[in-house]
Amino acid sequence: MINRKITLGQFKGTFQQPDIFGYYGNFGGAYIPEMLYPNVEELKEQYLKIIYDEGFQKEFRYLLKDYVGRPSPLYLARRLSEKYGTTIFLKREDLNHTGAHKINNTIGQILLARRLGKHRIIAETGAGQHGVATATVCALMNMQCVVYMGEKDIERQAPNVARMKMLGAEVVPATSGSKTLKDATNEAIRDWINNPVDTHYIIGSVVGPHPYPDMVARFQSVISEEIKWQLKEHTGSEQPTHVVACVGGGSNAAGTFYHFLEEFSVQLVAVEAAGHGVKTGMSAATTQLGKPGVLHGSKSLVMQTEDGQVVEPHSISAGLDYPGIGPLHAHLFETGRAIFLSATDNEAIDAAFELTRLEGIIPALESAHAIAGLNQLKLTSKDTVVVCLSGRGDKDMATYMKAMEGRGGGEVSAIRYQV
Amino acid sequence: MNRIQELFKQKSNRVLNIYCTAGFPLLNSTLDVMQALQENGADIIELGVPYSDPLADGPVIQESGGVALQNGMTIKTLISQLQQLRPAIHVPVILMGYINPVIQYGFEKFCREVSAAGVDGLILPDIPIREFETEYGVVIKKYGLDFIFLVTPETSEQRIRKIDALSTGFIYAVSSSSTTGKDKDFSEVEIYLKRLKEMKLKNPVLVGFGIKDKASFESACNYANGAIIGSAYIKALQSNTDVKTVTKNFLEGILK
Repeated sequence: MINRKITLGQFKGTFQQPDIFGYYGNFGGAYIPEMLYPNVEELKEQYLKIIYDEGFQKEFRYLLKDYVGRPSPLYLARRLSEKYGTTIFLKREDLNHTGAHKINNTIGQILLARRLGKHRIIAETGAGQHGVATATVCALMNMQCVVYMGEKDIERQAPNVARMKMLGAEVVPATSGSKTLKDATNEAIRDWINNPVDTHYIIGSVVGPHPYPDMVARFQSVISEEIKWQLKEHTGSEQPTHVVACVGGGSNAAGTFYHFLEEFSVQLVAVEAAGHGVKTGMSAATTQLGKPGVLHGSKSLVMQTEDGQVVEPHSISAGLDYPGIGPLHAHLFETGRAIFLSATDNEAIDAAFELTRLEGIIPALESAHAIAGLNQLKLTSKDTVVVCLSGRGDKDMATYMKAMEGRGGGEVSAIRYQV
Repeated sequence: MNRIQELFKQKSNRVLNIYCTAGFPLLNSTLDVMQALQENGADIIELGVPYSDPLADGPVIQESGGVALQNGMTIKTLISQLQQLRPAIHVPVILMGYINPVIQYGFEKFCREVSAAGVDGLILPDIPIREFETEYGVVIKKYGLDFIFLVTPETSEQRIRKIDALSTGFIYAVSSSSTTGKDKDFSEVEIYLKRLKEMKLKNPVLVGFGIKDKASFESACNYANGAIIGSAYIKALQSNTDVKTVTKNFLEGILK
């Protein structure tokens, strides 16, 4: 599973930050046409200055606290812990305003956009979570909002489309290519090319040209910043033995790993979506199936044909249904700094029911993949595991209801069903 | 001296570069289209290598690429088609594509094989300047291929100078910061093209994006060495697959 074993010590200090060209090891950079250069360059020149400005931090922290509801609790999941014979904490990003971690990033980027003098916001969305989080902050800041969403996803995710519209966003169907997230991203990038002056593009994950992966990781790093002090309150130590998160593009994982990246006693665990199974041709496990390539402005691992055409992945979870992965994660995979597991659609649904019945928490399908990863770790009573519960399951009720019909409302794990 | 440099030596004004997509409208129509373009007055042919995610292109060109991919076009197939390129086609030929498929094929292998087939230059708009300088430029040069960079109205003078120094063949002046196929108000572009002209760059300049008819072609030629037409020609091919007639009519409309 680990591509290349290396001595972690030699990488000390380089996981958290890309080099000045935006590379994490072999991955990253800014592979963009000249038409995007001024926008991306402006962002690259300004982002660190702006986000570490005292006034910015004050406003960002204030909104995270009073608007988003942070800090999100670090909850000791007693019954889940008993089941796995270890100590498991859940980082409750599902309790944030709008129901997922996505809002941490959109708050940060909208404040940045305002300071850059932009008054129009564009975004891409797959399941609609990032679209809703973007439409939310645009309403809050009175900015024009255009969200690109694959035509197929618009049909599949009607409640989130309605939320975005109620929030005042224009939802534009992406009708090109495969009509899903990757095409919505293409359309958003094209919009940015056509509107270079007044528009800021809020990318929803740690993907895209430098500086987006680093910028989004920094906004999401509040997750691990809180985990450290919260864990210390619970256990007396800042350091867990394992940190687990699901990975599509990888924004909640980047935030969950961030402050542990240089602490090598902490095992970082990423769980990808295996779909019907890694080898079935219906999967989204990018580190298992991808090859180095360029997608959406950065070099990373990309699921593609032999001819270099980007393929359409499959996952039951729309948020993990992406043929690429952030360059930070490609680097963590290549160096072995994180282990990459995968969970199938069925395993994720089992995990969602398990968590629901044990703890009374209905997770998002994405987050259920992280829970499903627990099974594959050899955990002991001495371990302390933090799992990022990146979002809540309201949006996935249709899928869960279908699964319940399949199992007749019965036992959690033994029954298989068609999805 | 390669074909592109030779062309600009012979003809420094009203150079017409037409874009077509490899494998469109039919898998095996690539060379027929190029032949028709050459016969009807195209000075340079820019052959698009289809890609699933062509960020710098508009919907018309993306759609033609989608059709080509459906038709079964791959880089391997394209290179086998290009074995018949010379001497049937004598005008300069440039391949326009995106870096990902080229990396998968093998960057050096690609350069070697297309150069051997008689291709004169490359446009790969998502290769950044830094990576060109550190990684790809030396390979491109090794096989005698020209590399054409893009500039836009937002590109600074300093950066244009740098791009001019790195480019060979010509510079592709995007007529405004936009994807291909968008209608442009040409008057606002004139100031920018005038500025480019006054910089007296070492490379010739061809204007692309938004050139769709005789008027916009003429207008571009007032300030640059010529222009590139893409989406408008692809649109014509979409509406009628009789390649010869469409191409003849289209080019007559531009050049007459």
